Order: sequence, then C-alpha cells, then structure tokens
Amino acid sequence: MSDASTKPGAGPKSAYFLSHSDESVERRTLAVLVDNEPGVLARVVGLFSGRGYNIDSLTVAEVDASQHRSRITIVTQGTPHILEQIEAQLLRIVPVAEVIDITNSKSGIERELALVKVAGTGEKRVEALRIAEIFRARVIDTTNESFIFEATGASEKLTQFIDLMRPLGLVEVSRTGVLSIQRGKEKG
Amino acid sequence: MNTRTKAKPAASEDAAPRTMSGAQIVVEALREQGVSVMFGYPGGAVLPIYDALYGQDTIRHILVRHEQGAGHAAEGYARSTGQCGVALVTSGPGATNMVTPITDALMDSIPMVVITGQVPTHLIGTDAFQECDTTGITRSCAKHNYLVTDVNQLARIMHEAFYVATAGRPGPVVIDIPKDIQFATGQYIGKAGITKPTYVPQRTPKAEAIKAAADLMTRASRPIFYTGGGVINSGPRAAEKLRELQALTGFPVTSTLMGLGAFPASHPDWLGMLGMHGSFEANNAMHDCDLMICVGARFDDRVTGRIDAFSPDSKKIHIDIDASSINKIVRVDVPVVADCAEALDALITEIKALKRQLPDLTAWHSQIDGWRARRCFSYKNSSDVIKPQYAVERLYALTKDRKTYITTEVGQHQMWAAQFYHFEEPNRWMTSGGLGTMGYGLPAAVGVQAAHPDALVIDIAGEASIQMMMQELSTAVQHKLPVKVFILNNEWMGMVRQWQELLHGERYSHSYSESLPDFVMLAKALGGHGIRCDKPDELDARIQEMIDHPGPVLFDCRVERAENCLPMIPSGSAHNQMILGEITGNEIGEAGRRLV
Repeated sequence: MSDASTKPGAGPKSAYFLSHSDESVERRTLAVLVDNEPGVLARVVGLFSGRGYNIDSLTVAEVDASQHRSRITIVTQGTPHILEQIEAQLLRIVPVAEVIDITNSKSGIERELALVKVAGTGEKRVEALRIAEIFRARVIDTTNESFIFEATGASEKLTQFIDLMRPLGLVEVSRTGVLSIQRGKEKG
Repeated sequence: MNTRTKAKPAASEDAAPRTMSGAQIVVEALREQGVSVMFGYPGGAVLPIYDALYGQDTIRHILVRHEQGAGHAAEGYARSTGQCGVALVTSGPGATNMVTPITDALMDSIPMVVITGQVPTHLIGTDAFQECDTTGITRSCAKHNYLVTDVNQLARIMHEAFYVATAGRPGPVVIDIPKDIQFATGQYIGKAGITKPTYVPQRTPKAEAIKAAADLMTRASRPIFYTGGGVINSGPRAAEKLRELQALTGFPVTSTLMGLGAFPASHPDWLGMLGMHGSFEANNAMHDCDLMICVGARFDDRVTGRIDAFSPDSKKIHIDIDASSINKIVRVDVPVVADCAEALDALITEIKALKRQLPDLTAWHSQIDGWRARRCFSYKNSSDVIKPQYAVERLYALTKDRKTYITTEVGQHQMWAAQFYHFEEPNRWMTSGGLGTMGYGLPAAVGVQAAHPDALVIDIAGEASIQMMMQELSTAVQHKLPVKVFILNNEWMGMVRQWQELLHGERYSHSYSESLPDFVMLAKALGGHGIRCDKPDELDARIQEMIDHPGPVLFDCRVERAENCLPMIPSGSAHNQMILGEITGNEIGEAGRRLV
C-alpha cells in the first residue's frame, strides 16, 4: 500500500479539505426570479442560513402581478466554488424560475437607495446641503435643525456619502439594499 | 417560463366540474395518482380525510403505531416499487413525528407525498391545540411543501405535489391541509395538464458532454464505474443500461450503499461496495483509477474518505440529474446533467458510433485481482459463538433463491448486511444511507411487504436500532404482513462501541444496554413469533424456521459481542489506507478524531 498521494503543502490541516482556502472570496449580485407563493422568501433565505452562505444585502418585491413573479436581489460573498454552489442550490428550489448573475454579466447595473437623516445647525448644516448637491441627493424632509436626504446610486457611492455626513451630524440611515437590472433591450 | 402553473380543465369525461369536499378531493386525487397503499395515523385535524377513506376499497390504508413508522413505511414502499410513497398524519405531534422520515427521504432522494392535517385556518397562529408550523418546520427538510388555504387549489396542489416528488431528483413533498379546508366544498380537477413551469429538470444529456465522456471512456486504461442510488431512482431501465454499457466496455463496477443491486453482485467485474466499510478492491481501484465514471452518486464523505487524497490521478465524469451535486465536493472534468438512463443510453450509442478499439484492460484487471486476493471480508469463524458475518452469510445462502427484499436499521449490522448479502436486482435493498436513521428498517419492511405481499421481506437489525421502532411489529400483525426481523444481538450499540474502541481508548460510555427485552417473549406479546439462536450449528435450522413461519417473526440471533466491522477506512484517511485485520487504536490522527 502506498501512502496517500497528497501534494506537498496540502497537508492534513482539514481532512475533508472542503475549505478551498486557496481560492479568493468574491462578491456577487444575483437576481433570483421566483413564483410569488407563500414562504418563497423563507426558502431562499433558509438555503443561505442552512448551508452557511453569506447574505450582504437582500431586496424583494413582486415585479409582475399578473404572473405572480417576484424578483429577489441578493448580494453574497464566497469563493468561486461556493458561488457556483449557491446558484445551483437556488435553482433546486421548486418555485425559483431563474437565477441571473448580474456581477458577471457585462451589462449589469446595480443601484441602491438610501434615506439619510442629518441634524445640525450653522456651518455644518450648510456643508451637509452642499455635499448632498454633489451627490445629487434630494432633500425630502427638512426642519430648522435637520434634513432627510434621499440618495440613489451604486452602493459604494452611498457609503461614501454616508461617511461624509457622519461628522456633519448623521442621525440615522435606512438603505434598500442593492437592486439590479441589465442594460439593453433584452430581458434578464 | 412565463406562466405560473394554471390548472387546465381535465379531458372531456370531466367536462362538468366535479364538486366535492376537500377531504374527498384528497382521496380522489390519490386514487387518480394510482395510489393503492398508504400509511397513516389518524388524529383530530385529519378526521375528515379519514372519514372519506372509510368504506372505500381502492386505497388500502395501513394503520401504523407511530407516525415516524408511517413515513419510513412509505419510504420502503417507494424504494421497492419505484412509485411515490404516501403517508397521512395529523397536525402538531403527528407532523413533528414525521420530520425524521421526511429528512431521511430528502437525504436518500425517495419520492414521498406526506399529507398533514392542520388546525382550522382561523386558528393558525394562535397556538391552538395540536398546532405547529408544519410548513415552517419542514421547509428545510422537504423537497417542497404547501399550506393549502383555498379548497379550489387543493386538487391542483395534490397533483403538483406528486409531480414535484417524482420529477428530477426525487424527494419528499408535504401538503399541510387545515381542517376547515377538508370540510369546505370545492372543485376537483384531474391531473392532466398539471405542470410546474419553474421546475422542469433536464433529463436528456447535452451532446457535447456525452462526446467528451465517450472520448475519455474509449481511451482509459484504468477505468471504473462508481454508481449510486440515482441508478435505482431512475428506474429499471437505468440498471439495464448500466449493465449494457458495462458489457460493452468491460469496466469494473463499484457502488455506494444506496446503489446496491443496480449491478449484479455475481458479475465477475463487480468490486463490491466502496467507502468507509467497502471492499479493499473497490477502494483501491477508486484510488488508482485513471478514469472515474460516477453515475447517480454524490461523493458523500462516507464514500470519499479524505478529499485531498481522493482518487488523485483520475479524470472524472459525473452523471447526475441534480446539477448542484456536480462539483459540490469533488471537481469533475466532464459534468453530465441528465437522467441516468438517458445518459447511459446516449453513452452506449456514442461509444458504438466511435468504433474505436478500447485500450487493453488486462493489466488493470490483474491489479484488481491482486487486491481481491486480500479477501478483505474474511473473518475468523467460530464453532462456539455465532459471528455476525456468518449469520448474514447463512441468511443470504438460505434466502437468495427466493424473491427476497432486505431492509436494515443503522449500525454495524447494516454494514455487515451490505458486505455479506448480495443483490442481483435493483429495488431489493432498502437502507437509510444519508441520514442514518436507527429505526428505519422495521417500518420500511412493513412498507415493502405491503407492496409485495408474497415476497420474503427481512429487516436485518441490531438489538439497539430495533427498539426505536419496535412497536411497528404490531402493525405487521394487524395487517397480516409477515415481515421477518433478523436481529444481530451483540448487546452493544456496536458501531458506537467500535468508534469508542477506535477513538476514545476503549472508554465505552453509555453504549452497552444493561437491560434488553426478551425478544422471544416480546414477539409473542406483540402477536408475532419469536426465535432465539446462539449456536452456530443450529443457525440454519432456525433461519429456515423463520422463513417457513407464515407470520411476522422476531429472530434474536445472539452473536459475538465484541466483533468489529472491517475493513474500514478510518475517518480522515484515504481510500488506500484501509484497516484490514484488527483495530489497534492508533489508526485515526488528531484531524480525523474531530470528524464524524
């Protein structure tokens, strides 16, 4: 009997060697089109928790009432191996009709909306309004001492905007999570 | 995929919509789906369905003693017939008792429809008597589930459930029906035209994949078929096609626990089961092969052993109807997403069309013969005490010429059954593989016997496992199902004891049963026949007595108490690091110790 042919360095750290630690973690946005039936969101979320996958953000709404079709947009992270599994596992769910990898399609667009409450007076208040203009954020509520801004854009842009608001009296943030769609005339 | 499932009116005979109660819709749909046997246990929330079953004689209802028994019986029925099993239980505890068989069926891909009663719609969410969130509880352990909220959707859901349970990779589907829906009046629709547009599994393989696979297969010099439960689940045609493809190529065949019977054990190219307690020749051939053709198996950890040392020098072809099984554990070179029978058929056609001279496999076969010569399943027999291996060998010798179906519980006896009982045909072997459910075997045998009244159905059991579902012997007595329970009684939870010997320095923590029932008296108490045997020279006569007895039998076969189940790949080890002779206690390293 010869010894197990293991590659040097691949040592017995994990006997089942499922870690795929040599692969780097990637971030991915998936659009999941589902039949809008009771419990379908729980099925999708349960898959992620049950199999130990990450959810960075998740949005869901019905997009076609006549066909009872909902669109779930999930931002997740994992190694390429895990991401491949996530897609395959999602497709196993009976009411899941389609899974679209937005990140890896050249024409994918991702947007997020944030509502940002900032309180302050004097110079800080003026500065907040000035930065909001740069980010093309709209003021949707105002009092003598506060603004609520509505900002849309890529998630990174919103994070940047929120970071800039922090020293200017940031009170509260509400974000939708990422929405996605593809450019051009074709569907999904 | 642009339309949601819409029920089309059934064929002309049903032109006028038929109106009936929800409970009658359930029974009518079962009848239309061809269900002739179902397993269940009544309770408050399913009384209307039980009322609809009363007095009809197209569906035979087997009353079990515990809801878990109904689930495993439905599994046994399904595995031995290839049809969908059906179980009916009440809400709350009825439903929670079904969770184990539902999970078992999911892990082993067994088609099953489970109907659960639910408290009336207006009480849902109020913590009503015998209420539980059945769809919530079973969401992660069923292939799919439904809570019926409209009686006019009930017939469609019933038919859709049968479709989902049997299409693609089979699995359990739960239909939770509130009691008011069972009483309500609604329209019955037939099964014709019921589809699920979001669930249409790919059955035919892609031509490129078959071309690539056939190319590898016609060039391999050390090939092996690694087959699994998928070949059985696909139906008898898949087993036929496997045999045809093997005859065409001459490749050796091994199989997982779940796939036993798809390829005849008497064939000279059969290597036996692979994996943790598989044969030395099968595991070494897997390790040293240059081409692995995985058909309907899923690289389970019991099969692969240590992944980073798994078959290091082979190209791998993986045929599976479930795309998520491919590249899940082991990277493969040629993925083939398809039904096994379709893929095997396409491979036969493609290989014949290639008209290529296959490489000479003589060297490979003689290498395999070398491993075979180690006779890995040999054991020291005794004239004083019955060895468990000997008991299964004799059981096989005395029953192999009959139409015999074998079920098992889980543990050492299960592995000895897999090693020493040999199968020539599919659907003859029922065991809990993925979930490893102690208590599976007896109710499964009840289900098998209900499907095959004239067959010899034997549950090869251990004395610990059998006590988990012991009460189902009473079910067998009531319904005149003459199942035989062959208990390899070593007084220990044998596999636990073996692992404690192997891993925990012989510290046998709570694995010995100080007080065991007198199985002969227990059999009598339950209305069956009891047999005890502890002498090797009396074994044959006692087994014959069991076979000849017309009713259910409990056979208390007293065997060697400290026997270990070998050979064995210790956890964390590779296929070519099997323990063959005796356990020394130093086989498993630190990393392996942490694994299950």
